[in-house]
Amino acid sequence: RTRRRGGEAAMRVVVGIKRVIDYAAKIRVKPDGSGVDTANVKMSMNPFCEIAVEEAVRLKEKGLAKEVIAVSMGPQASQDTIRTALAMGADRGVHVLTDAKLQPLSIAKLFKSIVQREDPKIVLLGKQAIDDDCNQTGQMLAAIMDWSQGTFASQVAVADCQERVSVTREVDGGLETLSLKLPAVITTDLRLNEPRYATLPNIMKAKKKKIEKLTPEELGVDVSSQIEVLSVREPQARVGGKVLESVDELVDKLKNEAGVL
Amino acid sequence: FFFNSRSMFVRRASYISRVMRFNNYQRYYASGASKCLVFAEHNNEKLNPVTLNAISAARLISEDISVLVLGSNCQNVVDEVSSVDGVSNVLYSDNQSFNRLLPESVSPVLEKCQSEQNYTHFLAPATANGKNIFPRFAAKLDVQPISDVTKVESDNTFVRPIYAGNALATVESSDNVKIITIRPTAFDAANKGSGKANTSKIECDVSQDLSTWKSEELAKSERPDLTAANVIITGGRGMKSGENFAMLEKLADIFGGAVGATRAAVDDGMVPNDMQIGQTGKVVAPQLYIAIGVSGAIQHIAGMKDSKIIVAINKDEEAPLFQIADYGLVGDAFAILPELTEKLAARQKK
Repeated sequence: RTRRRGGEAAMRVVVGIKRVIDYAAKIRVKPDGSGVDTANVKMSMNPFCEIAVEEAVRLKEKGLAKEVIAVSMGPQASQDTIRTALAMGADRGVHVLTDAKLQPLSIAKLFKSIVQREDPKIVLLGKQAIDDDCNQTGQMLAAIMDWSQGTFASQVAVADCQERVSVTREVDGGLETLSLKLPAVITTDLRLNEPRYATLPNIMKAKKKKIEKLTPEELGVDVSSQIEVLSVREPQARVGGKVLESVDELVDKLKNEAGVL
Repeated sequence: FFFNSRSMFVRRASYISRVMRFNNYQRYYASGASKCLVFAEHNNEKLNPVTLNAISAARLISEDISVLVLGSNCQNVVDEVSSVDGVSNVLYSDNQSFNRLLPESVSPVLEKCQSEQNYTHFLAPATANGKNIFPRFAAKLDVQPISDVTKVESDNTFVRPIYAGNALATVESSDNVKIITIRPTAFDAANKGSGKANTSKIECDVSQDLSTWKSEELAKSERPDLTAANVIITGGRGMKSGENFAMLEKLADIFGGAVGATRAAVDDGMVPNDMQIGQTGKVVAPQLYIAIGVSGAIQHIAGMKDSKIIVAINKDEEAPLFQIADYGLVGDAFAILPELTEKLAARQKK
């Protein structure tokens, strides 16, 4: 059991991915205050999720994972995001189809159902989605499963015995390294890896990979939310000042105008 | 029937909170009495000032404030917390196991506090610890937590930034317990010195085999924490190398300030990750923020746009940061920096 041989002792890895507004797109708040305008805006895989897919694929390439399953919850268009993950090297996908606005608690419960079906040893998630900036789902899934959690990971190393994983995390003061018992939930931070671009041959291959379609009802999860978004508005705009001509002018302004000296 | 009466309660509570908002009240009281537990951030020797911001946020919700201190040889911190204005109780556990705050060890303690005391609100500063621990705790209680709150509108309504702070969402929670992390820069710090809280030790079994702390690599610096500094000098890709950050340190030393960095500078290996300011790094709001060789990506601006005065120095006049900077200088940073450092040092001496 401790020998790593082909697909024998290697584990299954589940990766969660989210379709979000592209990180470079300009954010427009709807005039009626009901939310952010997503119509005709470029959508992409959440950058942290890309890092999670990359890490999972690398685990497979190292012979530590036998199968990588990409999971996304959302509307029909989430399929595109799953296809991208498949093109990066995931083996198959699972799409939980729902138009409901999902809170991290509901997502964690949906993941629990998937985990119970797929029996992975590691669940890799991005540390946060760049739309809601919650940074909660991984921690909540670990709680619901009563698993260990390694958040904000900048390095992941599975132990030879495959019973534990070493996770180095980015924390406020620098880095810390934990040893987690498997199975574990790991959330990815910026510097864990640099995700690959899907090559055209892999994009073509991905079209043949399977995506299973499920619904929250089939998984037995109630996705109603305890949180109601009352309104969304733009923050007060910060108006720019002036470009100055010299260091002397800057020092003068800082002292006499800004009063910070 | 139960569902109907619960939703009626929610509608009534939000009506009350909307009326009070309209009347511009500073403090809100729940229809039942609110009871807050604030999770302390500290290093076993001193309290981290961000805890004082969390206590202020709690005081907007309730007058019944308790603080939980989990640590190892942390008596100094317990004493410090019990002197903070508005704190009635300090619960603490001084245990080797809490030398590092692993969520798998801490969450059971929070759950125990909840089952014994029935708090209505839990608050923590949105530090790496707060972000790591609170969502796990919330899921154990089947509660949807609310992260990075910047404004308390009422005991169940909060404002939080989304899309890297390009939008603000006002959210209302119908959970019986609210579990919240707060953005420290958005709240004043509670005062220390005149409080005299009760302190009580809590007994808890914290053995767990899920997670073991192995090692750490922490930056050692005499400078203030980025989250506490009044002056921050930040370098970006334009600094070209880690050695050049010494020039920024010289400038920061004039003010006793801190040195920060953009993601680009950290990714390029110029400086360690604890210096990163931005959407997923540290969020700061100092009196003076001087950014050198920083283009001003959306994600960086998210971490510093509430600074009181922003100065941008960049050789690219199109750099987005100039659009929000109060003062800008277009030019070569390596020519400007020595002159600026010399002249500011002379000014400060006067």
